[in-house]
Amino acid sequence: MRDLSAARQAPYVAASPLVRPLPPLTRLLLRGGSDALAAALAALGLPFTEAACRAVSQSDRSALWLGPDERLLLAPQQQLIELTELLREALAGRAHCLVDVSHRQCALEVSGPQAAVVLNCGCPLDLDAHAFPVGMCTRTVLAKAEIVLWRSGERSFHVEVWRSFAAYVSKVLALAARELSP
Amino acid sequence: MLLINCPYCGERPELEFVHGGQAHIARPGNPAECSDQQWAEYLYRRDNIKGVHAERWRHVHGCGRFFNALRDTTSDQFLATYKVGEQPPAQPRKATA
Ligand SMILES: [Zn+2]
Repeated sequence: MRDLSAARQAPYVAASPLVRPLPPLTRLLLRGGSDALAAALAALGLPFTEAACRAVSQSDRSALWLGPDERLLLAPQQQLIELTELLREALAGRAHCLVDVSHRQCALEVSGPQAAVVLNCGCPLDLDAHAFPVGMCTRTVLAKAEIVLWRSGERSFHVEVWRSFAAYVSKVLALAARELSP
Repeated sequence: MLLINCPYCGERPELEFVHGGQAHIARPGNPAECSDQQWAEYLYRRDNIKGVHAERWRHVHGCGRFFNALRDTTSDQFLATYKVGEQPPAQPRKATA
């Protein structure tokens, strides 16, 4: 089998004190009705909620709400086989679509007291803690790229970006951070 | 920035959305029985309303869902948004602008 590992090198990320690349993750995109989603999340030990734009986490696994019938499942890289086995069992006989997008996108963390301000240089959402509390997640735009934005802490955001956009997005963020910190 | 109220996500900036054409256009049940005229009307003929227009919109950079909206084409004001399959609200609030 052809070795594709060269294509899986970490994408370029512009250096910035507020932005750092996160380690590779297992990413599964799951679509289905409420019963399929609930069964899948239960198999992964995650609580199921239909609340819009909310992420649920349990130890090192998370499920991000992307749409009423769509969840992005995140877990450590080495759990891919384990997760797909669990999901295969839980989803048997239920209409669903499960896609491994682990290498399609990569993750950046934007953190620090200015994190929301830096993101707002390219993202039009209201990122005030009341409007976008910890645990909220959504697909949105950052400058000219589409991202998934997840507030992982009061002052930290997890940004999922398609790997070919990682250089662009990180440069936009680095530029914004440079403008803010003399 | 213009805010659009996604029925799933709430108020979101306009640039997360794409316009999807006129809403509530039913595909003929049996296309083979349509005359060319009827089929062309279904495919191509659309209203061009000056005033309140029912439209499809998609929250493409958000939840990805299609939904319907009542928009005043003279003021670009959104009067109501509602999920696909629902009836348009009977009495949307009057456009003020
Ligand atoms: Zn939405």
